[in-house]
Amino acid sequence: MSAQKRGIIKRVNSMLAKKEISCKELTQKYLDEIKKSELNAYISLSEDEAMASAENVDKKISSGEEVDVLAGIPMTLKDNISTSGIETTCASKILRGYRPIYDASAWKTLKDKGAVLLGKTNMDEFAMGSSCENSCIGGAKNPHNTGYVTGGSSGGGASAVAGNIAAYALGSDTGGSIRQPASFCGIVGLKPTYGSVSRYGLIAYGSGFDQIGPLTQTAEDASIIFDAIAGYDPMDSTSNPNYEPNSYESLNNDIKGLKIGIPKEYYDGVDEEVRKPIEEAMKVYESLGAKIEHFSLPEVKYTLPVYYILVCAEAASNLARFDGVRYGYRTEHYKDINEMMCKTRSEGFGAEVKRRILLGNYVLSSGYYDAYYKKAQNLRKVIMSAFYEAFKKYDVLLTPVSPTTAFPANKSYSNPQEIYLADICTVPVNTVGIPGISVPCGFDSKGLPIGMQILGDKFSESKILNVAHKYEIATDYVNNKCLDMGVRL
Amino acid sequence: MKYDLVVGLETHVELNTKTKIFCNCANKFGSEPNTNCCPICIGLPGTLPKLNRQVVNFAIKAALALNCEVSLVSKMDRKNYVYPDLPKAYQISQFYEPICKNGYIELDSGKKIRINHIHMEEDAAKLVYKSGDTYVDYNRGGVPLLEVVTEPDISSSEEAAEYLEKLQMIMRYIGVSDCRMQEGSIKCDVNVSVKPEGSEKLGTRTEIKNMNSITFMVKAIDYERERHIELIENGGKVEQQTLRYLPETNSTESMRSKEDAQDYRYFRDPDLVDIVLRKDQIEEIRNTLPELPDVRLKKYVNEFGIAEKEAMLLVKYKNVSDYFEKSIKGLKNAKTVSNFIIGQIFRSLETEAEKEEFKILTTPSQMNELVKLIESGKLNMNLAKKALIKMLESGKPVTEFVSESDMQGISPEEMKKLCEEAIKSNENAVKDYLSGKEKALKALLGCVMKQTRGRGNAQEIESMLKGLIR
Repeated sequence: MSAQKRGIIKRVNSMLAKKEISCKELTQKYLDEIKKSELNAYISLSEDEAMASAENVDKKISSGEEVDVLAGIPMTLKDNISTSGIETTCASKILRGYRPIYDASAWKTLKDKGAVLLGKTNMDEFAMGSSCENSCIGGAKNPHNTGYVTGGSSGGGASAVAGNIAAYALGSDTGGSIRQPASFCGIVGLKPTYGSVSRYGLIAYGSGFDQIGPLTQTAEDASIIFDAIAGYDPMDSTSNPNYEPNSYESLNNDIKGLKIGIPKEYYDGVDEEVRKPIEEAMKVYESLGAKIEHFSLPEVKYTLPVYYILVCAEAASNLARFDGVRYGYRTEHYKDINEMMCKTRSEGFGAEVKRRILLGNYVLSSGYYDAYYKKAQNLRKVIMSAFYEAFKKYDVLLTPVSPTTAFPANKSYSNPQEIYLADICTVPVNTVGIPGISVPCGFDSKGLPIGMQILGDKFSESKILNVAHKYEIATDYVNNKCLDMGVRL
Repeated sequence: MKYDLVVGLETHVELNTKTKIFCNCANKFGSEPNTNCCPICIGLPGTLPKLNRQVVNFAIKAALALNCEVSLVSKMDRKNYVYPDLPKAYQISQFYEPICKNGYIELDSGKKIRINHIHMEEDAAKLVYKSGDTYVDYNRGGVPLLEVVTEPDISSSEEAAEYLEKLQMIMRYIGVSDCRMQEGSIKCDVNVSVKPEGSEKLGTRTEIKNMNSITFMVKAIDYERERHIELIENGGKVEQQTLRYLPETNSTESMRSKEDAQDYRYFRDPDLVDIVLRKDQIEEIRNTLPELPDVRLKKYVNEFGIAEKEAMLLVKYKNVSDYFEKSIKGLKNAKTVSNFIIGQIFRSLETEAEKEEFKILTTPSQMNELVKLIESGKLNMNLAKKALIKMLESGKPVTEFVSESDMQGISPEEMKKLCEEAIKSNENAVKDYLSGKEKALKALLGCVMKQTRGRGNAQEIESMLKGLIR
């Protein structure tokens, strides 16, 4: 089993190169499995496009042309990443029928390398949520137990990768939306540094927090994808012009002497079942020569309110453009343009999206700006400097991803705060702008996966991927469990 | 009771950069609707703005020309409001930290109208109303604007007009905008209030939106002033509101009251990074600034001895002033060129736009050649003026229209001979003159001039005739 779990990308690449299987055959296999699947991972399939790109790759391979390692690998994109000519809905009724006329930069890069897009994956509407259940088509299901949620918002991508109906997925992470579903579904999820992967074409939720990143079987796969999509994009002013990623090269670096900080606040209120395997992982690292040191990072406790105030403010502004005028859903009956816009938005947005729009407009409104938005902005700086200080002492930080494992599907909550509180371990990364990776580290008594999170300083993806990879090797991929479903290679 | 008028202006100046402020689309007026647009300027989901560096450079130019401080760090903010001409439902502008602060424009009286700040922003698209329907033309969406905001320092409609003319002139001089009011490339919002004469406390203000003509702006200010005073005198109160000016009736009507005022929920645009400038960048731009109209005006009056009124006409249009500057190189008397421009050339350029454009066939060096001939005594003014008319019509140099003999001038001996002949053959005229009829001398002069074929200098001939008769 373990051998199978080692980097699916390299494995498929070699199968294609050796002509053990054609890309078209492989793609068809995936498409067939997707159609059989009950995971509800996909919002839409792009069969024709997928078969066309597969054919293209086959031609290149048979003519002896050198192709990229990602050429012909069947993959998916979260449905908030713009794909030219392919419906992109953000799992919202309001974007029903919207076909972008341009490609998101991250997707464009992969497309040019010959990636085969199987379809667009399920998510919480506009990436707002941590269960994937705020989707206009209903939530994706956890392949480990379909009675449980996948986590979110990139739940469809996590479900597809864990369920072997995509080799890898691109998701987006604004407050944990890659890492938390990766953790719930037992796969690897990387949230890159803010500014390392272009946001151009990612339909914005919180512009100052959003980042596109990979959901993969292993840290090695994550590294390959990250190296491909990261780097400067002139279309995104916030992307770093001086960053040239090469994490794959340092994947196997020795971690002897590595200083791992354990910020104790992250472990407050975390389930015993979740805490235990992470403590085991600490021992693994110690056996590899790393130094574990516990410390306090009290600023973490301000992160949730700061995050929700700022991100909702940006969301309210970002989502104001969806009005039924130019694209997407438009209400059927209306007397004038005002009524058209009101009804379109009332009918088009789900409850959680509406809640965040209201909250965001409230904290920005005249008379409240100073009390909420400005204060949150100032506190954000305080949290940032606390983390920068921590990284002067430690190479990486090791924390839980979520206080619990996946929760049961269709659970009702009396108070949205309950759900927001579950984001406590993931939102600091986005608030500070640093990278974080979720790595599978065990299972709870119900057999649900548990993830741990490795955080690094800005633009230290190479390091955290290296640290994650060393753990996977040391534990012989025992926690990257391969499920018996989907496409088995 | 007497009242003071208090006016502040917010002027939008459209920049003439090649491309729009946040994308690579052409910034061009008059194209087919919706041909200069892309996913970014039509605000498609997922697109991101990227700031056009040229807009920043133009803002710095404007700042320096308007005596402003340039902020070394400034930021872009989002101004959130919903309107069909704004596809993102927010306008990217600068609210908290604009690029320029604290400048002024000096009026002819010496009074300084202070500028609070200048900020950069994007224009909205254009709504086109046609047979009962409304269409959106996104060509204008994302066109770069500078908004120049004054302190409430203006105290008459004349001052407002002068301020706006000066602003327009300066923007044209530094080449950042065409400032064509009829194309909407400069327009302003006018804040008006009145207060009892000498009072410190400002009255309630009203804001007249989107004035795109100086004449109407003057009328609108005067109308509002009277309206405010009448309200106060009759025991009423001025209501703070936003108004629209109606030229047909010379009156204003309400667009929205204070209660309906928009809450723009400004916040820093997270899609754009801070605009960080170095001092040497600013100095580099300062070095590219042309001579400004105020400086030229002083030079024309004080150094060239041109009457202020005429000097102002030259300075008013950058192309005219530039032409003048090029034409006067090496001349003793720049005034001659000024006279030709205002007296001759302007006659064929009737509209302001024509003068602004100043498209004439005679080049500055041809003009210079013509005046040099006058100054060297080779050509008299009469012939020169005639030649200029032909030059302007054909674009050919002066040498095409005056012969060698014309340019030889006339020797004193020859002139004396011609005068004597005229006296001899016009005895009656001489008699009349001697009996006190000054006019009779003109007949003699005409006679001599005819003989010289216009080469003679009338003044010289006249004094020679007088001397000979006596």
